[in-house]
Amino acid sequence: MALATASAASDTPTAAASASSKSAVPKPAAAAKAKTAAIATVTLAKALNQALADAMSADERVVVFGEDVAELGGVFRVTDGLAKRFGENRCFDTPLAEAGILGTAIGMAMYGYRPVVEMQFDAFAYPAFEQLVSHLSKMRNRTRGALPTPVVIRVPYGGGIGGVEHHSDSSELYAVHTPGVHVVTPATVEDAYWLLRSAIASPDPVVFFEPKRLYWTKAQLTLPVTTGPIGSAAIRRTGRDLTLIAYGQTVPVALEAAERAREYGYDLEVVDLRSLVPFDEATVTASVERTGRAIVVHEAAGFAGFGAEVAARVSERCFYRLESPVLRVTGLDIPYPPPKLEHWHLPNADRVLDAVERAMAA
Amino acid sequence: MTLLDLPLAATRGNPAAVASYWDTDPLRYLDEHGAPVEGGLRPDPALLAADRLLAVYRALRLARAFDTEATALVMQGHLAVYPSSRGQEACQAASALCLEQQDWLFPTYRDTAALAVRGIDPVEALTLLRGVWHCGYDPKRWRTAPQCTPLATQAPHAVGLALAAKLAGDPVVALCLLGDGATSEGDFHEACNSAAVYQAPVVFLVQNNQYAISVPLRKQTRALSLASKAVGYGMPGVRVDGNDVIGLLHVLGEAVRRVREGGGPTLIEAVTYRIQPHTNADDAARYREPGEVDLWLARDPVDRLARYLTAIGHLDESLDAAIGAEGAKYATAMRARLTEEPAVESADMFEHVYAVPTPQLRDQRAMVEAEIEAETEAEAHQDGGE
Repeated sequence: MALATASAASDTPTAAASASSKSAVPKPAAAAKAKTAAIATVTLAKALNQALADAMSADERVVVFGEDVAELGGVFRVTDGLAKRFGENRCFDTPLAEAGILGTAIGMAMYGYRPVVEMQFDAFAYPAFEQLVSHLSKMRNRTRGALPTPVVIRVPYGGGIGGVEHHSDSSELYAVHTPGVHVVTPATVEDAYWLLRSAIASPDPVVFFEPKRLYWTKAQLTLPVTTGPIGSAAIRRTGRDLTLIAYGQTVPVALEAAERAREYGYDLEVVDLRSLVPFDEATVTASVERTGRAIVVHEAAGFAGFGAEVAARVSERCFYRLESPVLRVTGLDIPYPPPKLEHWHLPNADRVLDAVERAMAA
Repeated sequence: MTLLDLPLAATRGNPAAVASYWDTDPLRYLDEHGAPVEGGLRPDPALLAADRLLAVYRALRLARAFDTEATALVMQGHLAVYPSSRGQEACQAASALCLEQQDWLFPTYRDTAALAVRGIDPVEALTLLRGVWHCGYDPKRWRTAPQCTPLATQAPHAVGLALAAKLAGDPVVALCLLGDGATSEGDFHEACNSAAVYQAPVVFLVQNNQYAISVPLRKQTRALSLASKAVGYGMPGVRVDGNDVIGLLHVLGEAVRRVREGGGPTLIEAVTYRIQPHTNADDAARYREPGEVDLWLARDPVDRLARYLTAIGHLDESLDAAIGAEGAKYATAMRARLTEEPAVESADMFEHVYAVPTPQLRDQRAMVEAEIEAETEAEAHQDGGE
């Protein structure tokens, strides 16, 4: 070995640093057998809570931590009861330190755990940005696969809840523009459950954006839900004339617009992206190939937003089928406004319908 | 002049003022001439055994040989950049030597010599600085995180890994290497605070080499010592002479033992000096006086141990020459391998971005591979035409 000198120091423990050791990191449990179908009407927040509990139950490597997640159960109660059920080693409160929280999660993942961390609000996640961009997203690549860091970062995001400054940002693009992390956001109760289970099971880091305005929407959740790989969009409504492409909080907006468009004689299709990275280009372009028109709807600022990427890709792939330019209905290019003004900022069905009129007239 | 005035008053052009402050304060076993300090540290007899000290001396010489060769290689264009740790060999060697095989090391870009002492192949250790890939060694095999470049951002990782080991019930310690500049970063604070709250088995070793590129410590902090910051986190803080490898190994050994036994984290400040500029691309003459460097050359950590070993009869000229020859052999082998054109693999760019590449990445990889194929064909055509 070229380590003559270090080897010579073999009476020191260091020289044998390459030896293997037995660790007591919990091993993943064998895939749990499908239990009897459990059906319940639950809120989206409860579905997320159920997903966390089931993931922790299925895999002892899963740990949940963040600000106020243990005793309080999270400010949105998404982690309610986890500390009590699984103990303080599996679900614990952290100091107020977002970079520290994510950095700690990265270190735990390096040791074999599967941390799920909560950022309390979209705009409070920014201190963790460097850890996301410089480490979480790069560790697998940097180490040529030797040190993957399967961390899930849960971020409640978006507006329309009457929150004062710093409580309503749509910050998904910062993560989307970071190669190495997946970015997903559910719009339905069932997706909230299976997307979070999939995110936790994923070998890659996932930034999981939770549409906080939809936390209290209720729907039937039938368990078990079959979990699949992240990266598929869902067609929420089929239509012939135009494709509305939305995600998170704008999915219900698009569905409302599609329903009202019937009065004008337009039959709209609604695609819920669910996953921004990976982007399900096949489902989106197949839809636009059928309808010939597309509008992207999201709350984040439109300029250089996700809609720009979708519009560019749809234009590249479906150019000869398009009957009108791809349009975007998005949040304004402004700092998020105060609650008394936010309704002017948020895309609503009226604004979507205006865009539909323009597209159909083209 | 009171102690409180010193860090700011000891300005450029007044190395003696800096020296008196930094020199008198830290704990040590050997003084700068290699003589045991009266009333100084009292290391365990095992550490002072001849075999052990000679092994430590070999590690110091290895670190020096590694650093000297790497510095030459970067000057000749065989490395993309090299931040030298010359003058910090005691810290480099002690960082590797104080750990057991199951412990984890979290190094920075200036700690490549520590990687070499830990046993990592020098070509693998220099992969980052050679510009071939971001990390050349297997972090799991060597229990060594990739070298971290953004300052202090690896500190929370060390805390997380230590916490994970604690939760798993494994007797693992994480040693996080930092510089003086890193103590100004937010991540340093968050890591120290979290480590103390979690009682995570982590040791933070701050190599206070007096400069963050060009900015001297007095512009980095008003604190009288970096170790004193530990008080605010509720953990022990120890200030030790970073050029006294025996003192360092004693302090690190005690900290690692205490941490492993569940005593919670420790912050150690090792007072040392960066003899070389920040990197080969830096010009230290713009911000410090040559006299200051001379002062620290006289406190060389390698010479210091050699003098002590000679004085107590463990080292003579022929053994010293033999150990020097081992270092030279190591450096020669290192040079032979690092002057070869490195093999790079374009697939690496795409392989490990995700466990399964996205459709977009598959398209981009196909594009790059087609470009490489076209280039190879063009070259073959050109060669054939000549």
